[in-house]
Amino acid sequence: MSEHAGRARFAAIIEADEKVEPRDWMPDEYRANLIRQMAQHAHSEVIGMQPEANWITRAPTLMRKAILIAKVQDEAGHGLYLYSAAETLGVSRDELQEMLHSGRQKYSSIFNYPTLSWADVGAIGWLVDGAAIVNQIVLQGTSYGPYSRAMVKICKEESFHARQGYSIMMALVEGSDEQKAMAQDAIDRWWWPALMMFGPHDAESSHSERSMAWKIKRIKNDDLRQMFVDQTVPQAHYLGLTIPDPDLEFDEETGHWRIGEIDWDEFWRTIKGDGPLNRERIAHKVKAWEDGRWVREAATEYARKQRARLGKSA
Amino acid sequence: MSYDVPLAPGEQPEDLDLSTVAEHGFPLWEVFVRAKRGLSHTHVGSLHAPDAETAIQNARDGYTRRAEGVSVWVVRSAEIVASDDAESLFEPFEDKPYRHPTFYDIPDEVGQL
Repeated sequence: MSEHAGRARFAAIIEADEKVEPRDWMPDEYRANLIRQMAQHAHSEVIGMQPEANWITRAPTLMRKAILIAKVQDEAGHGLYLYSAAETLGVSRDELQEMLHSGRQKYSSIFNYPTLSWADVGAIGWLVDGAAIVNQIVLQGTSYGPYSRAMVKICKEESFHARQGYSIMMALVEGSDEQKAMAQDAIDRWWWPALMMFGPHDAESSHSERSMAWKIKRIKNDDLRQMFVDQTVPQAHYLGLTIPDPDLEFDEETGHWRIGEIDWDEFWRTIKGDGPLNRERIAHKVKAWEDGRWVREAATEYARKQRARLGKSA
Repeated sequence: MSYDVPLAPGEQPEDLDLSTVAEHGFPLWEVFVRAKRGLSHTHVGSLHAPDAETAIQNARDGYTRRAEGVSVWVVRSAEIVASDDAESLFEPFEDKPYRHPTFYDIPDEVGQL
């Protein structure tokens, strides 16, 4: 198919709200934009295992420990689905991983904050996964087929994450004064970073408009953030927790909760690599990769010997 | 949550030269899962593994953590032969509506047909 015909077909697919598939002609910028977003999404799932894994050995009960292990394993799985989808665009897993390790590609800034208490594990499930769900439900409608299918699979699993987090918060607010204080401390520290997860105001997001036109992105940052705020504020009130925003108020006219201004200096600082734990997160990831090298080498050698023994070419 | 991490003011997106992509490390396998007995295996994604046995084990862990399947196939991605998805391959069917049952007007009196 000529580039001219390919371009026309691509435009028709986007216009008709159909999905673009791996072997379709697509503009180079569409491909690059998708690789970048899907890689960042995959990196976020993988790095996102660290703050929670920090509490696996100290979970308060055996059941909570089993749940947390299952959740962290899901995040690894989500990273796999997304890398798998990104690879359909012609980029290799090794290259994506190298770009994460070298800092050439980023991941969501939320995972650069530390998990200081068990309540943080609850706050992450409730707020961070809750925010992720709002975004990912919409991303099921993204124009690239493999990305959309990965989102459908991830969304099915994500609801467990948010609910187990809220369940941790419920247990804490029903506990001692000290446990209630832990829950309040967690929301105090996670509320604003969770809101930052939706990105800058659309007016300041340089490539937001093009992503919308290509239907990679379906709803604007500020609108997604508002959806999250509207669903989460009543959940905080149910727990009897205070949202750390003195400007928060319910707008009777629109039916929406209005929030105060986000600290964008902190947002950009964290994005640029100066968040609380940016360096530690990457150093840990690189170390895990290096420590596993002998396992990969042994597996490769074992596979080679098996092939030789069986005389197979597979 | 936006996984589309924004570029800081003045920052350039990373270079990605797809012409130089070389496969190293474990080979890529496509994964197909039979959701339950009576259904066909369906493509669910891919993974990297050194051999078929490990690929099946990883597919179990990666794609069926909640009893999503009763059987798994793995196929080396390099072994898959795909059609050119340009419309021309499928166009001839568009002008053959007589291949569909709804093409024929049959009176109601005839009953089930």
